[in-house]
Amino acid sequence: MNVTLILLAVILTIAGWWLSRQRLFSKPWLEVGHAFDPRPDGRPSIPPAKIGLGVFLAVVAALFSLFISAYFMRMASTDWWSTPMPKVLWLNTAILGLGSLLLHAARVTAERHRDEASRTALIAALAAGLAFLAGQVFAWRELTDAGFLIADNPANSFFYMISGMHGLHILGGLFALTRVIVRTRAGPMDERAVLSITLCATYWHFMLAVWLVLFALFSGWANDFVELCRQLLT
Amino acid sequence: MVDIRHSTGEPIGAAEVEDVELYHPHSWWTRYVFSQDAKIIAVQYASTAIAIGMVALVLSWLMRLQLGFPGAFAFIDAERYYQFITMHGMIMVIYLLTALFLGGFGNYLIPLMLGARDMVFPYANMLSYWLYLLAVLVLVASFFAPGGPTGAGWTLYPPQAVLSGTPGGKDWGIILMLSSLILFIIGFTMGGLNYVVTVLQGRTRGMTLMRMPLTVWGIFTATVMALLAFPALFVACVMMLFDRVLGTSFFMPAIVEMGEQLQHGGGSPILFQHLFWFFGHPEVYIVALPAFGIVSDLISTHARKNIFGYRMMVWAIVIIGALSFIVWAHHMYVSGMNPYFGFFFATTTLIIAVPTAIKVYNWVLTLWRGDIHLTLPMLFALAFIVTFVNGGLTGLFLGNVVVDVPLSDTMFVVAHFHMVMGVAPILVIFGAIYHWYPKITGRMLNEVMGQIHFWVTFVGAYLIFFPMHYLGLIGMPRRYYEMGETAFVPASAHTLNEFITIMALVVGAAQLLFLFNLIWSIRHGREAGGNPWRATTLEWQTPETPPRHGNWKELPVVYRWPYDYSVPGAAEDFIPQNQPGSAGHAPEGAS
Amino acid sequence: MAVVVILVLLAVGSVLFHLLSPWWWTPIASNWNYIDNTLIITFWITGVVFVAVVLFMAYCVLRFRHRPGNRAAYEPENRKLEGWLAGGTTLGVAAMLTPGLFVWHQFVTVPDGATEVEVVGQQWLWSFRLPGADGKLGTSETRDITPENSLGLNRNDAAALDDYVIEGGELHLEVGKPVKMLLRSVDVLHDFYVPEFRAKMDMVPGMVTYFWLTPTRTGTFEVLCAELCGVGHPQMRGTVVVDSAADYQAWLSQQQTFSQLQAKAGTKETAQAGNAAPAQ
Ligand code: HEM
Ligand SMILES: [Cu+2]
Ligand SMILES: [Cu+2]
Repeated sequence: MNVTLILLAVILTIAGWWLSRQRLFSKPWLEVGHAFDPRPDGRPSIPPAKIGLGVFLAVVAALFSLFISAYFMRMASTDWWSTPMPKVLWLNTAILGLGSLLLHAARVTAERHRDEASRTALIAALAAGLAFLAGQVFAWRELTDAGFLIADNPANSFFYMISGMHGLHILGGLFALTRVIVRTRAGPMDERAVLSITLCATYWHFMLAVWLVLFALFSGWANDFVELCRQLLT
Repeated sequence: MVDIRHSTGEPIGAAEVEDVELYHPHSWWTRYVFSQDAKIIAVQYASTAIAIGMVALVLSWLMRLQLGFPGAFAFIDAERYYQFITMHGMIMVIYLLTALFLGGFGNYLIPLMLGARDMVFPYANMLSYWLYLLAVLVLVASFFAPGGPTGAGWTLYPPQAVLSGTPGGKDWGIILMLSSLILFIIGFTMGGLNYVVTVLQGRTRGMTLMRMPLTVWGIFTATVMALLAFPALFVACVMMLFDRVLGTSFFMPAIVEMGEQLQHGGGSPILFQHLFWFFGHPEVYIVALPAFGIVSDLISTHARKNIFGYRMMVWAIVIIGALSFIVWAHHMYVSGMNPYFGFFFATTTLIIAVPTAIKVYNWVLTLWRGDIHLTLPMLFALAFIVTFVNGGLTGLFLGNVVVDVPLSDTMFVVAHFHMVMGVAPILVIFGAIYHWYPKITGRMLNEVMGQIHFWVTFVGAYLIFFPMHYLGLIGMPRRYYEMGETAFVPASAHTLNEFITIMALVVGAAQLLFLFNLIWSIRHGREAGGNPWRATTLEWQTPETPPRHGNWKELPVVYRWPYDYSVPGAAEDFIPQNQPGSAGHAPEGAS
Repeated sequence: MAVVVILVLLAVGSVLFHLLSPWWWTPIASNWNYIDNTLIITFWITGVVFVAVVLFMAYCVLRFRHRPGNRAAYEPENRKLEGWLAGGTTLGVAAMLTPGLFVWHQFVTVPDGATEVEVVGQQWLWSFRLPGADGKLGTSETRDITPENSLGLNRNDAAALDDYVIEGGELHLEVGKPVKMLLRSVDVLHDFYVPEFRAKMDMVPGMVTYFWLTPTRTGTFEVLCAELCGVGHPQMRGTVVVDSAADYQAWLSQQQTFSQLQAKAGTKETAQAGNAAPAQ
């Protein structure tokens, strides 16, 4: 559970930092009046949707960290043979990264009111997302054709399960993206649209980061890294 | 604009917080069924939870009948017994307590107490309820599935949970259970995001964190914990589903089942236990922290006195929340994990006892020099303190690794967790319902029925679970369909078992009376008015009772903490949070 | 007012119940009276706290219940009092934890001279294995389990061949001799639990767990399974007999070793094969 505990420590540090700015040591019974609210005009400065996404991503991070913890704990068993990584995963990774770039572009262009460019970038990002999913399915096919079936070996099981879970999250992101595309099709890119696009982009960057970690894990580099840390510690 | 003055003398406008865009329902369906109003969702959550909770209650009667009078009821065979135990435990912990505290009270109280119009994401909030309902339906469906529900115990330990020696293991039972949990977690996450972000972002002007009622602190912290802990259960469920359906070996080592070699190999049952308890221990506090918060407010309001040591109470909630993520393996002292973990986890577990004890002291010290009104909510709060202290103290037995060795997996454990996370939170729920029912419906619950309900429930539950510890001390294991003839169990213990069963039936009957009261009082209860308890917190200051969609005409502004009861010099013995000025208050040094 | 009476009754009643009721642990038969002692300390400390809190509450309700004209005091906090209470609690907790951790250290430290005994759980039966003349238990593997070799012992391991195998029978232990119980399961979780020994431990398929004890008095004790293992869980009983040294040797000499059992199964098999052959 080390991976999860490290993640939790990070989350708790952030929460603690935020709490430390909330005057938790003040004596509220001595303070009457409205002037004690640290928020300017008593108004939150960040839109709730952004905070909401942040909290959600923390939950997703916890989810994947738990999968990874389970992966490491199960790996200690003797019946573990690493699964070979299909070459197409490199391409998929590139496509996912491209999607991230496109969404970033969509955001920047929307902020600068280049609406058409932004719309194009959004649709391209959607296509990239679909291509990534197709590529993942292709990678699965390749593995099963090569005889690496899900129940044969725990490494295979983890690969299918975790990449599937990541794929489901991408799929969810694509739904949100589609909604944004449909919503922004007609009117001009107003503040709301920019916010929605920003949220999509953040989510995508995050899922890209998750995928990079997972890819490193499946390829075995993560093990080398963990091994290195262990040696440094001892 | 209302022109009001605050303590430093400048007039300020009422609502400088941006109004949330509310969804405006157009039809009866969107108003009452697919509603996005947190208050309606709260009532939906609560009614569903109570309904499924009644199923769990009936199951507990059946189990007790078997334990008190073994073999007297032919239809309770071993298989059914284990199915009852599992469904009872799972429903009580997840589908009743978690859903009721967070989905029910969280939805109703967070926006109102913080002066918000609604949750920040009403649509996700609505989806959250419908996913919860779906999860409940899937759970109920397993009663009717071939092979019946799973009988693996609420801990669902593999390999047993997915093998044929356990009811539902090779049938639909376990699959439906795991699916239902997965749905529940997805639904909860949607709701949980709402509760957290509403606390972070939806507070009205002047509502600083240190002016939040402890109820909100408790629910908020519990939700944060649940958001981080439920993924562990989710992962465990997904992996077990893979093992069961796709034949993988995450948790399944090489097994010879009834003489037959299975295909699995290499998996680790202990891995599941780590994942399960990484969720399972925080879950205890997910249920307890809202109860802590609510009971603080009940005691303060009905003793007409500020909660003693508010700051300590807040810090304790936060510290307990954080620490409870590093104690999970105290459920696994005798699981076969590395025994040296015992030193670490026993220490962390006993450290948590300190902030918890501080909370108890502060509750009873709030009573000291109070003006105690023995209303029903107050009675339930007192009863909570008794049962919680009792159950918390036996927790020190089980947390202290070596003392746990003889007691683990005996009836002592059953008695302990029923006291601390069964009876104690349920008593708070009752107290809270007696307290907030007038706000929800505009009428008071019937007092006579309430008194009967209280006395039977409190005394009865104590009589059920206090002697049960001693059965465990004798050595009676838990999850035993029947003890049979066992040399070290004296005959008198069987008499005690009969007594416990009879008490369980009596306590159960009292809950039916409560249910009747809930329904009867909607029409026949005494009119309550807007603030029957003369309480300070915002939910009692709404312009209408019950509050309409959107809660407020103009958003309230908060000028003071929620515990200004019996302030020296004030005319009344309470000053609502949204009352400006220093009426009678002598702020020392500050402002 | 009824509340005050009930609260007092409840506190006093609980103490009286504890002191007077006939329900208490079974007399101990192992060296783990340290555990019992820690438990007693815990009972005392927690008992005092429970009674104090409940009686204090009762007093508060009696003294400060609402009467017309009453008004509560206004006292947001009292750092000194809270400090004292927190400090006292910490001391109480330490007083329970410290002996607990010492005893746990003993519990996980197996003495050097302990003989090894293996317990194997399966649905819903206990089997046992004792080392043979070489004093060592041979290796085993769940994969090797067959109807003839129900514990999955390694036929190629010399250390395994002379092991005594007791399938579904009684386990005998010698009084006064420390034993390390090695626990193994072939199907689901079980838990080897003898209330008189106080110690227990889960048995997990795929791994070997352990605990140790020294039996301190002779007698016959019941083994229960203390980890839910399916519908037969409550029926999964066994027997442990603690013998004097002489009785123990007498009993051991009657047990069969793995190779003897194999030989017997082998003759049966060939006999069966011989009978079956003409029919084909
Ligand atoms: C009057 C009310 C209740 C009665 C009579 C009752 C009775 C029982 C009984 C007889 C068992 C089986 C004990 C065993 O042999 O292992 C049990 C188990 C359990 N109960 Fe309750 N119960 C009640 C309320 C609750 C509540 C409110 C909760 C909420 C936390 C709860 C949670 C559990 C759990 C988690 C289990 C363990 C299930 C398992 O072993 O898998 N119970 N209950
Ligand atoms: Cu726990
Ligand atoms: Cu068993």
